[in-house]
Formats: sequence, structure tokens, C-alpha cells
Amino acid sequence: MCQGRQAFVLLANGTLLKGIFMKLRIRNCLVALTAAALLAHLPSTGRAEDLLITGAGATFPFPLYSKWFSDFQKADPTTKINYQSIGSGGGIRQLQEKTVDFGASDAPMTDEQMAKSPAPVVHLPMVLGAVVITYSLPDFNSDVKISPELLSDMFLGKITNWNDPRISSLNPTLKFPNKPLLIVHRSDGSGTTAIFTDYLAKVSPEWKEKVGSGAAVKWPTGLGGKGNEGVTGIIKQTPGAIGYTELTYALANQMPVASLKNQSGEFVKPSVESVTAAAAGSVKVIPEDFRVSITNSVGKGAYPISGFTYILVFQTMKNPKAQAFKKFLDWSMGEGQKSAPSLHYSPLPKELVAKVQKRIGELKAE
Amino acid sequence: MDDKAPRPSGGSGPSGTTFVRMIRKQTPQPRWGGRRYTRARLSLSDVKRRWVSRFGVFFLYCLTFLAVTPLLGIFIYIVNKGIPGLNRDFFVSLPKPVGETGGGMGNAIVGSGILVSLTSIIGVPWGILLGVYLSEYASSRLARWLRQCIDQLSSIPSIVIGLFAYAMIVVWTKHFSAWAGTFALLIILVPIVARTTEEILKLVPQHIREAGLALGIPRWNVTLFIVLKGVRGGVMTGVILGIARIMGETAPLIFTAFNNQYGFSGLNQPTASLPVQLYTYAISPFEEWHQQAWTGALVLVGIVLALNVISRILFKKSEVRRD
Amino acid sequence: MSTLWQKDIHRGDRLFQFVLRACAIAAMVLLLFMVVNLGYRSWPAFKVFGLKFFVSSDWDPVNDQFGVVSFVYGTLVSSALALLIAVPVSVGSALCLTELAPRRISAVLGFLIEMLAAIPSVVYGLWGIFVLAPLMRETVQPFLGKYLGWIPLFSGPAYGVGMLTAGILLAIMIIPTILSISREVFFAIPRAQREAALALGATRFETLWIAVVKSSVSGLFGASVLGLARAFGETMAVTMVIGNRAEVAVSLFAPGQTMASVIANEYAEATTDIHLAALGAVGVTLFLVSWLINSTARAIVSRSERRGGAGGR
Repeated sequence: MCQGRQAFVLLANGTLLKGIFMKLRIRNCLVALTAAALLAHLPSTGRAEDLLITGAGATFPFPLYSKWFSDFQKADPTTKINYQSIGSGGGIRQLQEKTVDFGASDAPMTDEQMAKSPAPVVHLPMVLGAVVITYSLPDFNSDVKISPELLSDMFLGKITNWNDPRISSLNPTLKFPNKPLLIVHRSDGSGTTAIFTDYLAKVSPEWKEKVGSGAAVKWPTGLGGKGNEGVTGIIKQTPGAIGYTELTYALANQMPVASLKNQSGEFVKPSVESVTAAAAGSVKVIPEDFRVSITNSVGKGAYPISGFTYILVFQTMKNPKAQAFKKFLDWSMGEGQKSAPSLHYSPLPKELVAKVQKRIGELKAE
Repeated sequence: MDDKAPRPSGGSGPSGTTFVRMIRKQTPQPRWGGRRYTRARLSLSDVKRRWVSRFGVFFLYCLTFLAVTPLLGIFIYIVNKGIPGLNRDFFVSLPKPVGETGGGMGNAIVGSGILVSLTSIIGVPWGILLGVYLSEYASSRLARWLRQCIDQLSSIPSIVIGLFAYAMIVVWTKHFSAWAGTFALLIILVPIVARTTEEILKLVPQHIREAGLALGIPRWNVTLFIVLKGVRGGVMTGVILGIARIMGETAPLIFTAFNNQYGFSGLNQPTASLPVQLYTYAISPFEEWHQQAWTGALVLVGIVLALNVISRILFKKSEVRRD
Repeated sequence: MSTLWQKDIHRGDRLFQFVLRACAIAAMVLLLFMVVNLGYRSWPAFKVFGLKFFVSSDWDPVNDQFGVVSFVYGTLVSSALALLIAVPVSVGSALCLTELAPRRISAVLGFLIEMLAAIPSVVYGLWGIFVLAPLMRETVQPFLGKYLGWIPLFSGPAYGVGMLTAGILLAIMIIPTILSISREVFFAIPRAQREAALALGATRFETLWIAVVKSSVSGLFGASVLGLARAFGETMAVTMVIGNRAEVAVSLFAPGQTMASVIANEYAEATTDIHLAALGAVGVTLFLVSWLINSTARAIVSRSERRGGAGGR
């Protein structure tokens, strides 16, 4: 009896040992896996003291920002700024949730949003950009002129074909094809939308009443694309489509842009100069916190749908990120402004740069 | 009565063939040559039936064609479009700013690798243990509830999982991070692994467990090193299929792991992944990015298909096959 | 000494069971937490809009009016379209592959199609944007509009992207799923049943119909519902081709939006609390619906498996 028992124990013992051995093997496997995972990223990690600052927001300045952050990293290799263009609404929201270090938006935050924010937020205008009306009509290379009334009627869904007499009456020399006119707009919360609808609400009482203005609105008609990228992509892919995007997106994709009638009655093509003119026209009315709309500007030669694009930061940031980011902001007001026109963004007027620099100096680090 | 010789094939194997042949030997066969004979035997409704049958079979072939064409078309298209961008740079370089040519998806490939391996390291043991629990200790009420829960977890749309992981991890830690992405992917991986493990363990004959226990080996040892070890090929199949699945998931990562144009910078930082990068590039208007998206798609499909093929081979090799 | 060993053995068992139970409880807690969290986050929307949330199609972030109808409509219509296309095609080809095609071809094609079920949806979306949408815009939609334009379903401008495109893309995506399961179902049917039909003088097609299809209806139903479940929860591919517009439009050419795509589009970017809560509520709705579909499908499939299981599978 006792012997039998011992035999059992021995057997069990053996299995146990084997079990432990197996366990070790499994653990080895896991360790190897972990090590592999860690090793896999070593070459691309860079130095440990590198700083990664994460920002998110507007798609409007994304081409410029991606160039800026890449250039700035060359100037200061220890700081990496990861910027994801998820839309201005997203920039504001993620900043408020404190999931990113800075936000970016083309639409300044509303008073309500400011009140809800967990800490005081500072708006820093970076550059100016234009929201342009771009379209895709194959075999049609001329520039189209559009008046504010026509534009709002298009986006209200009242004009459904390119051969509508109201379009040709503004462009008597052009022959428009018989093609359905398809509206493309943003599907996400967007500062581009905010600037665009702000303009439409200013020029069209009907738009103001029916749709209103904001980062996301209830569109009467049309297709939604995600981000400036998405909208441009759809317009490019869809003959007969018309929509609004940032100037760079249209130009970078060789897409035509419409001239728009401004308040002084001239048809103005969007360009670095006409946007600067719009800013010059309204530089005196810019308040201390920089939150201002400059659409439908009165200036001569001013393109009417222009706007600032902002970087949003908390008044107080944590070190060492604060220091690094302040360095970047200073850089952006100097070097950065110089590279803006090459990507079709307008640099800030001189007086404004000084004001913004002063504001950057006031940012606190802790 | 005859439709042009009911040739059994595919489904009905050799026994079916012999069976029909037997019948044919016994009954006089209407032949195409014997015209009068045929005409006498086939009534109008029989002719109709014959044509309906022919048409039906033709129709089924058409449907097959319809099903296979777009699927293979997609595959060939991706290969065609993707290959031009396939070079060393694509795998090792970081993305360039918009408008500059060159660059690659090195960040996304590394990021995907990290997300997936991290998820596997946590999720695979967890999933297997869950499967073991379900199959070996299933009598308890807890296990019944558990099975329900796992089924429900696996039926949640991935976007809702992303939403949850954002609300849970990202808002809580104040960081988009690889951890948040891992958390979301875990919720997808664990149910898959658990359910396949359970299904496969159920196929292990009861007497193996009894034999082990009868030798006085502790139950946990029997379970892990006799029962589970015997079917490790099958379990690995489930694991690899699960990994292939999370490899291609986009929706749960958009607002958890987020994206990062630099290389991997720590588990607490936003991390790029192949599917998310693909999505970003696909909806962009930039030609260079489109090319990269196609190449990325090719790489992603390649990885996923390779994983699938491996799992197939493992399953074939594993001893416990059904039937 | 022997008691010592025994004690050790039991300790191992207890420990193991403890670990297992911990894993199990962790999974359950996760689900519970998820439900509670989603419910908690979306509660404000249900409180403010109440039942109106489920009957209003208004989705207006400017005026804080939210209703889920247009997304439910988008999800239902795109999935229904997908099913309408995918079920006949995949059941038909499963039938063809199991019963008619030469065994080798059938095995190769079956394998390939099962592989294709694993292609990530974002890749389907990519293909959808660059191949399917232009094809729809240039060829299919103008054609349909010309000959069937009098039906409101096929009226309106050809955007290329839209409900129809999303439906077709979804159909392509769920074909592998439905096809593979249908094949399994057909394989499970006893051979004798086919032979019996043949012996009774049925033609080839009649054999397929009577002996194979009719007796596997519930299995096929289950397969379709599993396909439906995949279509329901599908996010990325649909977001990329559906046009993203919150509207209930009669025309299938018109852009739409599904529950999953609205979350993908707006969740990271919604700024007001009520907008967020409304998106959470959309998530809850989607959660409930897919749970319902999945459990139905699972019940049906397992029942048919039990019945067809006599064949050894």
C-alpha cells in the first residue's frame, strides 16, 4: 500500500518536474518575444532624452505644420513634434481632455468652450489661410467667378446643375456643361467649415437662419469628406463636384479655384497676397486674445473667406515640454513665417507677430 | 427522366458513383442516338425539367464567377498597384512632410509590430486560460455566464470597442498611447482565442484526462501538459487567426493608439499602425500618399495572408483533426 | 512525507483554478464595465432626447438636436443591400463549389475565398475609393439611372460614393464569410440524401434544390445572419465609400451614413457634451443591435449544426 503510494508520488513528482520545465520553456518564449518586441523598435527610438510633444487638430494648416515640425526637428533634433490632423473640433476637444500637449484650430474657441476648459487656454495665431471654392469639371480650364449669393444658393441645394443660368450670367464668356452640380463638405468638426459657414452666414440671411455657422453644421445637401484631405479627395475623384478646402490643398492637387466677389465688388482670386490684404484690413480690430473672424473683410483686393489658424495651448505647461514647445513657437514666428508663402499660407502682419511673440513670452512653465 | 447523365461529382464521392452505376446497369439507358426512344420517354414536362436543370446549373456557375471575380480582382489590383512602391525605403523610412517625395511607413510597420506583439503577450495566455476554463471547468454557473460574456464581447463592433478604450484609457491616462491601443485590441483578441481553444479542447477524448488523473497527476498538470499540449497545433491556429485579425483592425486604433509620424517613442506615447496610416493616406488627396497606401495595403494583406496560411499548415499538422 | 506531497499537489490545483477564475472574472468585469461605461456616457443623450432620439432623423450639432434614425436607416439599408446581393451569390457559388465543380478546383477556390475573408476592411475601403467608386460613377450609376431612373431608388445624381456603393462593397466583403459557412453546411448533409433524390429520378438541379438547399435552410439562414453581423459592425470600408451625410434619402445613389461611420467620423472631434453623449448613444444602439443579431445567428447555427451533426461533423 505504502509502496504503491510512493510510486504515485514519484510519478507525480516526475510530471511536476516536467511541468516546471515546460513552464520555464514557456517563460523563455515569452521573454524572447518581449525582447524581440523591444529590440524591434530600438533603431527607430533614438535617444532616450528625446522629447515627443503630441498635438492634434486642424487639417487646414497640416501641410505647413508637417513641414514646420520636420524643419524644426532638423534645427533641434531632441524635440519631436507629432501632429495629427484630425480636425479643429478634435483639436479643441482633445486639448480640453488633456490628451494632447497642444491643439490646433482654425476656429477660435467659443466663450462657452473657454468657460468649460479645465485651464485657461491661449490662442496663438500662426499663419493666415484662405478657404477656397474648388471644383472639378473635366475639359474645363477657365476660372469661374462666383458671387456670395450664388455660393450660398449652391450650398443650400438650390442650384443643381452647372448649366444653371445664374452661373453663366456671372461668367458670360464661359460655356458650362450640362452636369449635375455636387456639393462636397466636411463630415467632421472643422475650423475650415467654421470659417466658411461664418462667411455664408454673414452674406446670406437665409443661410444664417436655416443652417447657421459652426465647426459642424447640418448641411442641406451634399457629400461629406473627412478632413480637408477627404474633401479634396472626393472633389478630385468626382466630376461636377464643388466644395471648399484650404488653398494649399487645391493648389497642391492642381485643382481650379473660383474667384469670389468681395465686399468692394471685385472678383478676387485667393492667393497669399489677397489673404494678406484681408488680414491688413482687419488688423486693427484684432482683440487681445486674438479670437476674431476676418471673413468678408472690407479691404481692397481682400479675399473674403480668409482666417487665422491657431495653435491652442494651456497658459501653464509642464516642463520640459513647455520649454521645448516655447522654443518651437518662437521659431515659428521667425523662421516659420518665412517658409509659409512657399506653401501658399500668408504670414502674419508684422505688428501681429510682435504681439504674438509677447504672448508666447508670457506662457508659464512649471 | 434523365438529365444528361447525372454525373455525381464533388460532394457525392465514390460510393455515390458506384451506386448510380449499379442502377444504370439495371435499367435501359436512354441514349442521344436513340431518338425515337427518347422522344417517347420524355414528356413535355420532362423536357422542361431538363432545361431548367441545365439552366440552373449554368446559373450556379455564373454565380460562382460573380463571387470569385471581384475578390480575386481586388487581390490582383492590390498586388499590381502596390508593387511599384515596394522598396527598402518603404520599410525603414519615416513619412516625409506633405509635398516631399520619398519616405515610407517604417513607423507604422514598427508600430503595428509592437501593438500586435504586446497584445499577443497579454492576450494569448489570457485567451487560452479562458478557453481552458470554459472547456475543463465548464460545469459551474460562472462558466456558463462566462461563455455568454465572451460571445457578447466578440460580437461588439470594433468601433464601439475603440470608443470604450478611448473613454477608459485615453481620457484616464491623458495620453493617446500604445497601451490604449493594446487594450482595445485585447478585447478583440481574447474572445477569439478563448473560443477556438475551447472548441478544440472539447475534441480531446475524455479518457485522456481520466488516464492522467488516474496516474495521480494533479489536475492542473493534466490540463496544461497533457490535454492542452496534445492540441497545441489547433490552439495555435486560433491564436494566429486572432493575431491576423487584430493586425488589420483600424477602427479601434483611431482614437486609442492614434498615430505618430516618428518612430516608436515609448508605450506611453501615440503609436502609428499600418491600418490607421493606410486609412489616413487613402482619404488624402496626395498622389504620393496614395501610392504608399497601395503598397501598405499590399504589405498588410501579405502579412495577414501569410499568418492565415501558417495557421492552416499548423492545423493540418495538428493531430486532433475532426473526422 | 506522502501527506506533504499530497498537500503540494492540491496547492497547485488550487492556484491554477484561482488563476483561471481570475482570468474569467477579469473578462466578465471587462464586459460589465464596458456596458456600464457606455451607458453612463450616453445617459445625458437619452435623458435629454428620450424616445425622440430613436424617432428623429435630425442630426444637427449646431442646434444640439440629435436623432439616430438616419444612421439606423443607413446601417439597415446598406446591410440589407449587401445581404440581398451577397446571399444568392455566395449560397449559389457554395452550392456550385461543393456539388458541381471538380473537386480540385473547388478546393483551391474554397481556400482562396477563405483567405480573402481575412483581408482587413481598410484595404477593401481603399479599393472601394479608387476602383469601385469611379466605376459606379462612370458606368453603373449612369446606366441604372438611364434605364431604371423612373424608380425613385435609382434617381438623382451619380456621386459614385453613396449607399449603393457601400452596399456593393459590403456585399463583396461578406461573400467570403457566407460562402465558407454555407460550404460547411452543405458538407454536413449526408450523402445518402443526395443519392436518394437522384435515385428517385430528380435532375441534377432538382437534386441540389430538394436534397441540399431545402434541408439546410436554417444553416444558410444562420450564415446570412453572421454575414449581416459583419456588415453591421463594419466601420472603415463603409466610412470610406458611403459619403458621410446624415439623411434619410430614398435614392440609393444618395450619400448616407451608418451608426459605425458616424462614430468614426465625429467621436474624436465632438466638442459639446451632448454631442458626445449622442455619439455614445449611437454606440449603445449599435451594441444592442449587433448583440441581438449575433445571438440570433448563433442560436440558429448551433441548432442546425446539432441537426446536421449526425453526418459526423
